[in-house]
Amino acid sequence: MPSFNIFDIAGSGMSAQTVRLNTTASNLANADSVSGTSTAAYKARHPVFKAVQSALNQPKSGNSVKVLGIAQSQDKSPARYEPGNPLANSEGYVYASNVNVVEEMADMISASRSYQNNVEVMNTSKDLMLATLKLGQ
Amino acid sequence: MALPLDNYLGIHPQALKLSARRSEVLAANLANADTPNFKAQDVDFKAAMAASGTSSATLPMVATQAGHIPLNQPGDALTAQLKYRVPNASSLDGNTVDAQMEQANFAQNAVRYQASLTFINAKFRSLMTAITGQ
Repeated sequence: MPSFNIFDIAGSGMSAQTVRLNTTASNLANADSVSGTSTAAYKARHPVFKAVQSALNQPKSGNSVKVLGIAQSQDKSPARYEPGNPLANSEGYVYASNVNVVEEMADMISASRSYQNNVEVMNTSKDLMLATLKLGQ
Repeated sequence: MALPLDNYLGIHPQALKLSARRSEVLAANLANADTPNFKAQDVDFKAAMAASGTSSATLPMVATQAGHIPLNQPGDALTAQLKYRVPNASSLDGNTVDAQMEQANFAQNAVRYQASLTFINAKFRSLMTAITGQ
């Protein structure tokens, strides 16, 4: 296999999926966090992926993945009436995070599968490269 | 570049190169399986093999001056054959990658690559047998 580009591509995919797993972990950990105001409440975070040209001099080479940034969910933070909570506002309400746990779990499985796909691609390419090195022996 | 060795190995070096190129494209598809608006691509294997020119039916162009824009290398002919996939089911985020299909294609491509390698290896081995006479 003449080019090592494939390792960059699969590697970028793995790092992007790791970022996604990281945000999922953060979201799940903070699913039950509460806050006194709706703006300060924890908002679910999700990464934004973009395909970028992996080699500058080869416009038609494969696209690797870039994490453009982490977007915060715009969903409304649900208010709960908990006057006993020390974080409650003057009316007795606390604002919970807007994390959807079911969605996060599904997202986590999807990220893990995508990561595994990239690992498999890398493994196969490595095997093929090693086979090419042994050519003619 | 009609080295006797090139003719001896036949179409397999070209096929090997094309398989390597295709594996790169498929890897990019798999890496971008979750990227919004990413359009899956694939190499048109048949057209690329035809264009990579194992037949000399068309006269090749030659760069005679230093300032000439480089002509298509044999490898470039392969990249020109990239086509977008027609998705089986469209998704809302505009992504057209079907991970299962890409996986299957990647596996198939890996086997093809290994097949080409085996053919070239066998050719070399018989050449060695002819040289050493054993």
